[in-house]
Amino acid sequence: MFDLFSDPVKVAQQLQIIASEYGFAVWETMYSLVLETVFAYVIGLPLGVLLVTGEREGIHPLPGWLMKIINWVINILRSVPFLILMIIVLPLSKILVGTKVGTIATIPPMVIAAFPLVARMVESSLRELDQGVIEAAQSMGASTWQIVAKVMLPEATPSLISGGTITLGTILGYGAMSAALGGGGLGKLAINYGYYNFKFIVMWAAVIGLILLVQIFQSAGTRLAAKSDKRLRGR
Amino acid sequence: MKLEPIIELQGLSKTFGSGDSQVAALQNVSIAVNPGEIFGIIGLSGAGKSTLVRCVNLLERPDAGKVLFHGEDLTKLTDKELRQRRRKISMIFQSFNLLDQRTSLDNICFPLELAGVSKKDAKKRAMELLETVGLPDKAGSYPVQLSGGQKQRIAIARALASDPEVLLCDEATSALDPKTTDSILKLLQKINRERGITVIIITHQMSVIEQICHRVAILDSGVVAEVGAVESVFSNPQSKAGRRLVSPDVALPVVDWDTPVARIAFNGTMTEEPVIASLVKEKGILVSILGADTRNVDGKAFGTMLISLPEEEDGKQAVLDFLNSHAGISAEEVHKDV
Repeated sequence: MFDLFSDPVKVAQQLQIIASEYGFAVWETMYSLVLETVFAYVIGLPLGVLLVTGEREGIHPLPGWLMKIINWVINILRSVPFLILMIIVLPLSKILVGTKVGTIATIPPMVIAAFPLVARMVESSLRELDQGVIEAAQSMGASTWQIVAKVMLPEATPSLISGGTITLGTILGYGAMSAALGGGGLGKLAINYGYYNFKFIVMWAAVIGLILLVQIFQSAGTRLAAKSDKRLRGR
Repeated sequence: MKLEPIIELQGLSKTFGSGDSQVAALQNVSIAVNPGEIFGIIGLSGAGKSTLVRCVNLLERPDAGKVLFHGEDLTKLTDKELRQRRRKISMIFQSFNLLDQRTSLDNICFPLELAGVSKKDAKKRAMELLETVGLPDKAGSYPVQLSGGQKQRIAIARALASDPEVLLCDEATSALDPKTTDSILKLLQKINRERGITVIIITHQMSVIEQICHRVAILDSGVVAEVGAVESVFSNPQSKAGRRLVSPDVALPVVDWDTPVARIAFNGTMTEEPVIASLVKEKGILVSILGADTRNVDGKAFGTMLISLPEEEDGKQAVLDFLNSHAGISAEEVHKDV
């Protein structure tokens, strides 16, 4: 696996694969990542808000049994190993996106794996908020919706961005794993061309690409979170 | 003319916890606050003050009792109606509770935003209010860039934005240094005078009550111990809790009982005349002050003082007569067991 460059013919062959496939793999990785993240937040963000506002001491308490069910579902989805979850959920892709194979087919299972994570991330960001600020808004006659939209989410923005960065890294990891079940992108390059076909230069190239993506997301996320946080302004 | 109270609490009770860990925070509390007055509620920590003030705008729901605002029972309203009323009962807090991610100006605009006022009108009103609280140059500052006193001023401006009739102050000066406390209290007084806003102040600081309140209620273990004009409550507290607050234990200092001792009570009708100095000067009798716990309310002296008396009966009587001839002072010889 580390004797990469001893055979010039194989090296040339692998560089050829990289040249023709790498760009598309990055594109596949990126668009599935974006779609998965967007859908994971579409489901996970409201759910995370609900977990905080709906509890007994929250600003809009929901029936206890409902909160219990929501918590159970999230915990169960979080505890099933990703690959197993994917195998269970793939048939659903047939219904949702019309196919059980390819990059598109892996999106629904990944969303289902990721939204519980998003919900917990959002929940923990919102729990960090100072209860006094929410109380102040209540004392001014703010409705539940106004408190969520104008107080909780804006005040938690830096923390939500940090959580989003972590989520992005995790979904990127899921994406690479999904290659084992027919997903596309850099993960497919690393596993199918690289590992299964002994083209280790291709494998390492794909791995380095994933490392770079994680680095870029992380530093961009950290910077964005700090920039958005008005509490960090110097006196 | 009898004023209709603007806020009237009737028989409020509130219990926290359950079973053995039950704590009765409020027990059958009734208070009426008149429009335009500054009403103080004082008590030691754990007396239920915060619970009480939070019942006024129903941030805390009482287990029993009524909260009347202009005679209307807030506990009977729907959520929507209650939100409307809350805009007329503003609140400021010990920890200011500003939105950290918004500028001062946007913080003040916040209640207007909630009420659906247009951005332009909200900004205009917010600028006026920044002027009122004396911070027109801090419009673009974020809370982290402000001092504690400045934050409370912004919070006051924010509280005034919805044009309230009542301002609730929950330990609003407790996190501030004495000088800043003083300036915030003056601001509250000004708002009360100029805008006719009824102010309800919750505090554990006697000085706050003395400085600006008209009437005061003393809360002790969830029960109203007494209510009355600040002067009368402080000069002549009727309840045990009142006496404990007005003259705490330090009021009876360790006294050397070798000489006779007199206790002088100042009941507030006398102003700041240097009575002990004139005693020495006019009678030529030297006395020493053994201990004192006096306070100044609206320029009037309240409290007690212990002084030494001359050994011989004549001198003793002369001192007591001199003191008792002053209005607002009563003096008597006291003995060790008193």
